[in-house]
Amino acid sequence: MLQFECPYCGRRDEPEFRWGGEVPLVRPGPPQLVSEGDWAAYLFFRDNPKGLVRERWLHALGCRQWFVVVRNTVTHEICSTSRISDPTPEVRA
Amino acid sequence: MRFSAFALARNALTFHEQWPKLWRSPRPQSKYDVIVVGGGGHGLATAYYLAREHGIRRVAVLEKGWLGGGNTGRNTTIVRSNYFYPESAGLYDLSLRLYEGLSRQLGFNVMLSQRGMITLGHSTHQLEMLSRWANALNLNGVDGELLTEAQVREWLPLLNESTTARYPVRGGLLQRRAGIARHDAVAWGYARAADALGVDIIQNCEVTAFLRDRDRIVGVETTQGIIRAPKIGLAVAGHSSVLAGKAGFRLPVTSYALQAFVTEPVKPVLKCVALSMATGVYLSQSDKGELVVGGALDLYPSYAQRGNLPTLQGVVAGLMELFPCFSRLRMLRQWAGVVDVVHDSSPIIDAAPVKGVYLNCGWGTGGFKAIPGGGFVFAHLLATGRPHSLATGFTLKRFTSGALIDEASAAGISH
Repeated sequence: MLQFECPYCGRRDEPEFRWGGEVPLVRPGPPQLVSEGDWAAYLFFRDNPKGLVRERWLHALGCRQWFVVVRNTVTHEICSTSRISDPTPEVRA
Repeated sequence: MRFSAFALARNALTFHEQWPKLWRSPRPQSKYDVIVVGGGGHGLATAYYLAREHGIRRVAVLEKGWLGGGNTGRNTTIVRSNYFYPESAGLYDLSLRLYEGLSRQLGFNVMLSQRGMITLGHSTHQLEMLSRWANALNLNGVDGELLTEAQVREWLPLLNESTTARYPVRGGLLQRRAGIARHDAVAWGYARAADALGVDIIQNCEVTAFLRDRDRIVGVETTQGIIRAPKIGLAVAGHSSVLAGKAGFRLPVTSYALQAFVTEPVKPVLKCVALSMATGVYLSQSDKGELVVGGALDLYPSYAQRGNLPTLQGVVAGLMELFPCFSRLRMLRQWAGVVDVVHDSSPIIDAAPVKGVYLNCGWGTGGFKAIPGGGFVFAHLLATGRPHSLATGFTLKRFTSGALIDEASAAGISH
C-alpha cells in the first residue's frame, strides 16, 4: 500500500489517489499549426523512465486537487509531493 | 532416447546431476547476423523462426537475467485468439495455430490444454457486446459461440447462483480452442530448438548501450563485452522504453505491474478459463490444481515486478463475487510482471526510428498467448526487412496516422 502526502490533506492511502501521467506535458498549439508528429508525441509518446519520474496525481477521493509527485518506479518510493503552483521539483535521472 | 522412464531411473543414481543440458551456454561471439535482445518467449521464438524459417543461424539471444524469467514466467498462461479486429484475428489466430502444433514441432511438451475459455456477460448490454464480438470472430474465421445462462452454468457449476448477486451471470462467449499452456515449457522448448539450430543463447548478459556508426546502430555494449550485428531486434516487453531511451528514441509505451495470484491446490473444480466482463477477473485451474487468478493492473507506471495490496483486494473481491465457494481457499503466491501497455492494446512489430533496430513490443497484458505468432512475424521482419502480411498494421506509424487497432475497447481488455 502506497501512502501519499497530499499537499492539501496530508498523508492518505493509495486507493484515494489516481495517477495522471508524466509532467511536464505541454499541449502544443495553435492546433492548425501542429504537425501530426507533434500531436502523436503529445498524445502517446512518453519517457516511461525506470527510476525517478515526475508525475501528476489526483486526490480523487479527497480534496479533488491535482498535485505533483516525484516517485521511483522501481522501488515505489515517493520522494516528494508538491502543489502544481510550486516550483517544479528537480529530478536527477 | 534422452528422456524416458529408464533415463529417469539411471539419473536417480547420480542424484539427477548428470542430465544433459537443454542448451549450450556459449560465450558471445564478436559478431552476429542478428541480435535479439530479450530471452523471454518472444525473443526465443524469434530466434527459432529466424533459424528455421529463414535460415539465419548466426543469431544471438541476449538475456540480462535468466531465460524466461521475466513476463514469460509471470503470466497466467492463458492462450486464446478471440480478438475483435481482422488484423488482430489474423495475428493472434496464427499464434494459436502455431501453439496447436508446437509440442510436436519443438519436440518438447508445452502442455497445451485447449479447455475452452468463457467470457461472462452480466447484463443485457454485455450480452449485446458479446454477440457483436462473436459475430466479429466468425467473420474473421475464428471460433466463438454464444452460450445461454444455462449453458454457462453447465460449464461453470460453481458460479454464483444467488438472486441478489451484484453481477449475475446472464450468458457467455465461448472459444473452445482457447486454453492454457505451460509457460516455462514454451520458453525452454523454443530455447532448446533454437540452440539445436545454432542460435547462441547468452544469459546474464545485459545490454548497457548501443554502438553507432553515423546514423545507424551497429551493435551493443553488454556486460559480457561488445557484440556487433547489422540487425538488432528488441523483444523486452516492459523494458522497451528503457532500451529505446538508450538508442535515442521514445515509444508510446507505459510500463505497468500486472499481478497474478495462485491459491493452494484443490481437486478439479474449474474445467475452463473464465473471464468476467464486469469485474475484469479471470481464472483457470492449473494441472497441479491451483487456481491461477488475474485481474486489473496497478494503475500507475511500475518496473517493480510486484503489485500492491489495493489491486489484490479488488481482484479477490471480484473472484468472491463470481465464485463465493472459493472464499475458503488460501492464496499461496502473488507476483507481478512489468507489461508494456500501448494506447490501443495492440502490438508494435516494426522498424524503430533508428536504423538497425527493430521492435517487438506493446503486447501489454497479452504477450504470452502471442509468443509463437509474435516470434514468427518478428523473425520475418528481421530477415526480410519487410513486415509479414499478417503484421502490416502493427506499425509505430499508426500512432501518428491515427490508424489504431483499438482492441483496448473492442475486445473487452479490462486493462
